[in-house]
Amino acid sequence: MPQPVTTLVQQTLNALQVGSVYALIALGYTMVYGILTMINFAHGDIFMVSTYLGFFAAAWLLGLALNMPPLVIFLSTLLFAMVGTATLAVIIERVAYKPLRQAPRLSAVITALGVGIFLENFTLAVIGPEPRTIPPLFPLVNLNLSGVFVSTIQIVIIGVSVIVMIILDTIVRRTMTGMAMRAISFDKTIVPLMGVPVDRIISATFALGSAIAAVGGILYGMAYQLDPYMGIRIGWWAFISAVVGGIGNIRGAFVGGFILGFVEIFTPVFLPSSTYRDFVAFSLLLLLLVFRPTGILGRPIVQKV
Amino acid sequence: MLKKILTILLALTMAGMALAGCGPTPGPVEIKIGVNAELTGGIPVVGASCKNAATMAVAEVNDAGGLEVGGTKYKVTLFVQDNEDKAESSAAVAQKLITQNNVLAIVGANASRNAIPAAAIAEDAKVPMISPWSTNPKTTEGKKYVFRAAFIDPFQGRVVAKFAMDQLKAKKAAVLYDVASEYNKGIAEFFKKTFEEAGGQVVSFETYTTGDKDFSSQLTKIKNAGPDVLFLPNYYSEVPLQVQQAHKLGLTIPVVGSDSWGSEELIKLGGKDMEGLFFSTHYAPDIAAPVAKKFIDSYKAKYGSTPDDVAALTYDSFGLLFQAIKSAGKLDRQAVRDALAKIPSYEGVTGKMQFKEGSGDPIKSAVILQIKEGKFTYFSTAAP
Repeated sequence: MPQPVTTLVQQTLNALQVGSVYALIALGYTMVYGILTMINFAHGDIFMVSTYLGFFAAAWLLGLALNMPPLVIFLSTLLFAMVGTATLAVIIERVAYKPLRQAPRLSAVITALGVGIFLENFTLAVIGPEPRTIPPLFPLVNLNLSGVFVSTIQIVIIGVSVIVMIILDTIVRRTMTGMAMRAISFDKTIVPLMGVPVDRIISATFALGSAIAAVGGILYGMAYQLDPYMGIRIGWWAFISAVVGGIGNIRGAFVGGFILGFVEIFTPVFLPSSTYRDFVAFSLLLLLLVFRPTGILGRPIVQKV
Repeated sequence: MLKKILTILLALTMAGMALAGCGPTPGPVEIKIGVNAELTGGIPVVGASCKNAATMAVAEVNDAGGLEVGGTKYKVTLFVQDNEDKAESSAAVAQKLITQNNVLAIVGANASRNAIPAAAIAEDAKVPMISPWSTNPKTTEGKKYVFRAAFIDPFQGRVVAKFAMDQLKAKKAAVLYDVASEYNKGIAEFFKKTFEEAGGQVVSFETYTTGDKDFSSQLTKIKNAGPDVLFLPNYYSEVPLQVQQAHKLGLTIPVVGSDSWGSEELIKLGGKDMEGLFFSTHYAPDIAAPVAKKFIDSYKAKYGSTPDDVAALTYDSFGLLFQAIKSAGKLDRQAVRDALAKIPSYEGVTGKMQFKEGSGDPIKSAVILQIKEGKFTYFSTAAP
């Protein structure tokens, strides 16, 4: 392949990898917003905790040296991190957000920021500030496809995030829980009167969003590094992904994640240097929001008087 | 209401009596030294090494009965504060050490992005400060009270550029650096300048921001520019990711680094991807002189690991400071500053340092280390 083509393909793959992670985390922001119209700013830090859960599970399983097949180790690590993170998120919702459900929206948002800071500092105090990497749970191979380099982790990240998206979409559209979620996001006052257990559905939403973040967390921890502050930057980018896609809209969050991935990777390509990457990237997004204030797939909000 | 006023008056009288009871203060009985270290944040190993070496240097003096100043022996007390590897916290820590703990002198901060703001505070308060590890010229530039134990980046940039040209026979270089961090930005520019002056070509000069974990876009760009060598003047916690991602993208040219690489965490995080790479730093533990050997052995006995460059430079900073306090003959910030400025040369763990009158920057040599079989191995020395 000629060089410009390989570069384009290579950078597209890079963007898909970054975008997949943003998309998986953005789903959590958008789901909670959809049901509670609240922005769970602790979500980036919940993602951080999930990578640590994965790290310890993987280290423990590999340390046992039971010669388990890699797939079993990978899946059990994934399951452990998902269940652990979902439990944490449900506890956070019960302890920190539920008492504030009738309070002004702003109170819950500030509480969420506080929970995030708590999680960062708790991890810092208990585990320490050293960066770590989740040990490879499947063979990490680098493939050279006539000039384009693809690693197995890259394929897994992109593949898994698409699969997760399809599963989530099915849950929300085809199951009773999903229907209840959509109903609550449609009208919070009438739905409880129809016999929908609102509290349980809200818990389920938190659990689902966090379990998805945990999937992203394990893959991210294998491809990159974990440290107690990692949730801040990636949390912001994912939150912006959700806003760009149209916050509250699940497909929108997915689209938004990939848009941010592409913006992050392709802005330096067209600039002479990468110094102004974030500046240019966010100016573009600002412009997009000027023309579509509710995001790409978001519906215009009708103020009810 | 009346009762309240009476209570307040009574409390005030009692406080006044308590103060009066003290009489004239008997003068300081201890030497207070502050340490401004990166204990948490992006480069925690730097803070840990600094704290360990500081504790050891002070324990050695105290075990010998204290530091003799003007005929009396004083115990040394350390105040170690965490600057979280943030510029604003580092300035706050310097402020706190000066006003609250009332320290005689400060050692730290280490990374230039933290040392530069701390240096401004120390200079304003006229408190002597020694940064062990900061190599950016701005730390001491135009300041009277700020010193350092490390060489500076115009020199280090030249060392690395020369090494890349002479040893690696590189004609085209690429640089990827953190544009939001003073140290990385400074040395990247010095490298570019000297490499181009020597007839080389910098074909790609790419940046990222602190906290980024994905460098695939920049590395793909670098790969397309076709350089012979890649210079990564970034901290030990980020470099392994950058090297691994470069390898994943099929970019396998030699990579060189600078003194920010010098922690063993680099090898722990990077594994076999780091094998064979070179970087410039302050000292080589494996070819240590007798002074250094003694330090390395007692550090190993105390903490169970080989001291890295930050530990060695912190130890030297304390050596310089103790010598200055002794020759000042009194526990006075101004006198210690003047004594520090008068030290012509110092034989430390990291080699011989020479100071020019009126400058806080030592003139000293750098070493190039290579990562071989998971260990830092001495390769060559570059004289100033």
